[in-house]
Amino acid sequence: MKLENLQNLKREYFDVAVIGAGHAGCEAALAAARLGLKTALFTITLDGVANMPCNPSIGGTAKGHLVREIDALGGEMGRAADKTSIQSRMLNRGKGPAVHSLRAQIDRVAYHNLMKKTIEETENLYLKQAEITEVLFENDGKTVRGIKTKLGTEYDCKAAIIASGTYLNGEVHVGAVSYPSGPDSVLPAQKLSDCLKEAGMTIRRFKTGTPARVHKRSIDFDRLEVQYGDENITPFSFANVQKPENKVECYVAYTNAETHKVIMDNIHLSPIYSGRIHAIGPRYCPSIEDKIMRFSDKPRHQLFIEPMGLDTEEYYLQGMSSSLPESVQLEFLHTIKGLERVEIMRNAYAIEYDCCDPTELLPTLEFKAFPGLYGAGQFNGTSGYEEAAAQGLVAGINASMKILGREPMVLDRASSYIGTLIDDLCTKGCSDPYRMLTSRSEYRLLLRQDNADIRLTPIGHKIGLISDGRFERLQEKISQTENEVKRLWKVNIAPSKELNRYLEEQGTDPINNGIKLAQLIRRPQLSYDGLAFIDPDRCELSEEVREQVDLQIKYEGYIKIQLEQVEAMRKLEARKIPEDIDYDQIKSLRLEATEKLKKIRPLSVGQASRISGVNPADINVLLVWLEQNK
Amino acid sequence: MKDICAVSTPLAEGGISVIRISGENAIDIAARIFKPFTYESVENMPGYTCAYGNICDGDKIADDGVLTVFRAPKSYTGENVAEISCHGGIFVTKKVLRLCIKNGAELAEKGEFTKRALLNGKMSLTQAEAVMDTISAQGEYALASANLTREGRLFMSISEVSKKLVKILGELAAWVDYPEEDLPEVEENNLRNSLESAIGVTGKILADYDNGMILKNGIDTCIAGKPNVGKSTLMNMLLGYDRSIVTDVAGTTRDVIEETAKMGEFFLKLSDTAGIRHTEDTVEKIGVEIARKKLENAMLVMEVFDTSRPLDNEDTELLEYVKNLGKRTIIVLNKSDLENKIDREFFDAYSDNIVEISAKNDEGRECIQSAMEDLFGFGNYDADSTIFANERQKSCAEKADRYLKMALESLNMGETLDAVTVMIDYAANALLELTGEKATEAVVDEVFSKFCVGK
Repeated sequence: MKLENLQNLKREYFDVAVIGAGHAGCEAALAAARLGLKTALFTITLDGVANMPCNPSIGGTAKGHLVREIDALGGEMGRAADKTSIQSRMLNRGKGPAVHSLRAQIDRVAYHNLMKKTIEETENLYLKQAEITEVLFENDGKTVRGIKTKLGTEYDCKAAIIASGTYLNGEVHVGAVSYPSGPDSVLPAQKLSDCLKEAGMTIRRFKTGTPARVHKRSIDFDRLEVQYGDENITPFSFANVQKPENKVECYVAYTNAETHKVIMDNIHLSPIYSGRIHAIGPRYCPSIEDKIMRFSDKPRHQLFIEPMGLDTEEYYLQGMSSSLPESVQLEFLHTIKGLERVEIMRNAYAIEYDCCDPTELLPTLEFKAFPGLYGAGQFNGTSGYEEAAAQGLVAGINASMKILGREPMVLDRASSYIGTLIDDLCTKGCSDPYRMLTSRSEYRLLLRQDNADIRLTPIGHKIGLISDGRFERLQEKISQTENEVKRLWKVNIAPSKELNRYLEEQGTDPINNGIKLAQLIRRPQLSYDGLAFIDPDRCELSEEVREQVDLQIKYEGYIKIQLEQVEAMRKLEARKIPEDIDYDQIKSLRLEATEKLKKIRPLSVGQASRISGVNPADINVLLVWLEQNK
Repeated sequence: MKDICAVSTPLAEGGISVIRISGENAIDIAARIFKPFTYESVENMPGYTCAYGNICDGDKIADDGVLTVFRAPKSYTGENVAEISCHGGIFVTKKVLRLCIKNGAELAEKGEFTKRALLNGKMSLTQAEAVMDTISAQGEYALASANLTREGRLFMSISEVSKKLVKILGELAAWVDYPEEDLPEVEENNLRNSLESAIGVTGKILADYDNGMILKNGIDTCIAGKPNVGKSTLMNMLLGYDRSIVTDVAGTTRDVIEETAKMGEFFLKLSDTAGIRHTEDTVEKIGVEIARKKLENAMLVMEVFDTSRPLDNEDTELLEYVKNLGKRTIIVLNKSDLENKIDREFFDAYSDNIVEISAKNDEGRECIQSAMEDLFGFGNYDADSTIFANERQKSCAEKADRYLKMALESLNMGETLDAVTVMIDYAANALLELTGEKATEAVVDEVFSKFCVGK
């Protein structure tokens, strides 16, 4: 039968079609299905669902914040990570609660199995193995009406979410060898880009890489520094009552002058330095040859040796991503203390892939030019599982909201790292794979990982991804915290020998006069828990509430300052720019600003002010113009 | 856009007044009220031409004057502009303005001409701010300082600090975002030193601002002394004309009289006070109270003594009082035309600036001016060494200064670096806002509220 005839058959209909079942696709599909929409999740191989083709870990600085926010909104990543975590650490302890970041080693296969099962068990959700080669548009050439697989099957849908990761026109590079491939030797998606380009979407080429996996028996653990997990583990999920356990150790090793020499001697064999790869790699996660070329004065680089799971002997070498030939990889690894006789199981490689220009997206992650078409994850120019999952969740929610005729969910920068991430993408764009960093948030004292639930769970509840029970538990936590803070501002503490001895022990001044208990808690050297002995009327409170009480009192002054900033930001955010504004009419805008504004088409003056190339004078001109044309 | 009009010259008695109309129909509106002698009609006048004629309210002639026509885009605002120069005087000027409104123009809002100039690409915001400074600058120093801002001396000094801060922030960010990258620990002492040096610079900017204010707005000067030593005569001498009622009866000047006098490149905002002697007279008591207040608020006190009479308690009381206030002072020994009855050296304990004058004969003005230059340090004014900021820039510098001090305080208190970092972040942002790299709506509001309507 000819293809044309096939198309006349009755086609299956989905509300939402998600293309790609990585970390973005899984969150997108789960969110849409849980909101009651008939959802299809397409993947080139069912064995690649929620795969971790790079590091076997979730979280890390700012990424840990993202996972907790995903969880607070009703996403899946945090729960799945808690259930499959094999070691957990809170990073940046001692640098302040705002930058505490949770990071967990994950059993890679267990995570894949769990996520796949969760998807399979979700109502309204249809997991399908197929390569999507086309997005089908209405006659206008813009509005999504369906998708088409490599085998020619068409599906109707109202919304399609592209979460193609590094599969889209993926090409792997190792030394002089290059071949089309997705990550972990899976088939790439080769046709979809052409269809998108033809429709008028900008398609760019990015690059990333991964280090070698090596065999456990070939590592001399005695010669490495060992790294244990935290004794008291904080889970990712706020809904989790069962704390994960540490089941493995990680190890630290260092490169040396000899390692660097092997790399420098062979640098001409790198496809990047020989000029065969033109795509832009992540500044934030450079290959070992990049690190050595760019920071030639650094005598050593650190690497982490992490188990890939409980049922495997594979170990991951974090920090050693490379695209040098396999023989060179083996040679430089053998120069490292503890890895002298290491066996490579999977070699390191660089991978190039297609992605869009995220400035063509609305903050809902829908393409401005293509109603019903959404992008998420590496396709949008980011790097990292957590960044991907966050966008997948947002795209899944917003595609659903649109189909349901409800208000979209746009998180502003003061609400979350997720909002910051998406605003950065849509407003500033990215010229290399974007990684979340705590320094990207100007409101980071408010956006702590410990209060993600307070910030976002009410939104998740309103959307319908958070159960009433979980929402009520949050309300209870909030009111307990508020009452306790109020009480602590009333409790008077008189000076006593016992107290003053304690204060001096903690390295802070003794008191001579009566003082409110809250004033003592505010001192950086003291804590709510530590002062329990002078507070006999204290009620039994959960660890979570005690943490919030401590932080709210300690940070009160700073929080106030941040809130002032938030208010100023929201004011500008509220100054909406008419959709049909003609920037060419505003003569005193500088040419560069006019062009940027025409390209990004910001929704508000606040968003406009964050576009690079639009300076304050331009914003002032814009404000004046808006004022005059009210 | 509507057509706007306003009086572009100060609304006061003067030689001429200029009424400006701007907008698409500005020239048509002018044609309705102006009948030129030299052109057939206003509509026929090309841009950059002027005509003499009558300003008419219907058939009635209100005044005669000159009309200048500017055609878009070659005008201040970039729109059609008509400027009517009529005879000065509040009554006539207002009448002409009312005629413009009656014929279709609306009264311009504050700063609207400049807003339009900005919108039509006739000037940049920085230029607009500088225009404002130039208009309000009185005297050459102030004009020099306005130029200074435009030439970017302030910018350079600020960007030096903000670069430093951004560098610190980069280090802190790397330290926090890459905990596993074996980066060197952030040295708290280095951080402290950098913060302290940044505070030094913001402090300097703020101090320079105060100097700038002296140049721009003048020096609040209080003339003090017991009754009948010649305070009012001194004031008249400084002003160059008779202002206060001067009599031989002590206590004549009951009210505080304020005037602006030009002294070299300085503007003095002079207030002549009643003496501060003890009195039972209720009316005079109020005057004494006002005088004391005035002394407290002054930037400069000129203490006047009559050298033809021996010093008494009231004189020494004043000397002590002003000394305790810690003000900059000039001791003015008046009536050098009469026989000297006091010991000059007595005053050395009270001021380094002692001048002898004869106010009555207008002698000694130069001595006062040179004392002023000594006191305010502008005697050797070097346009390159000083930075002057405007109000908006000052408020950014203040913000930066405040956040930097908070960062330092948090650091010294032993707070964790996440809080310290955010304070530095805000300080850097305030400075970037100052140099124009970041915007808030407040900037615009503040800038435009400060434009005078005419310009």
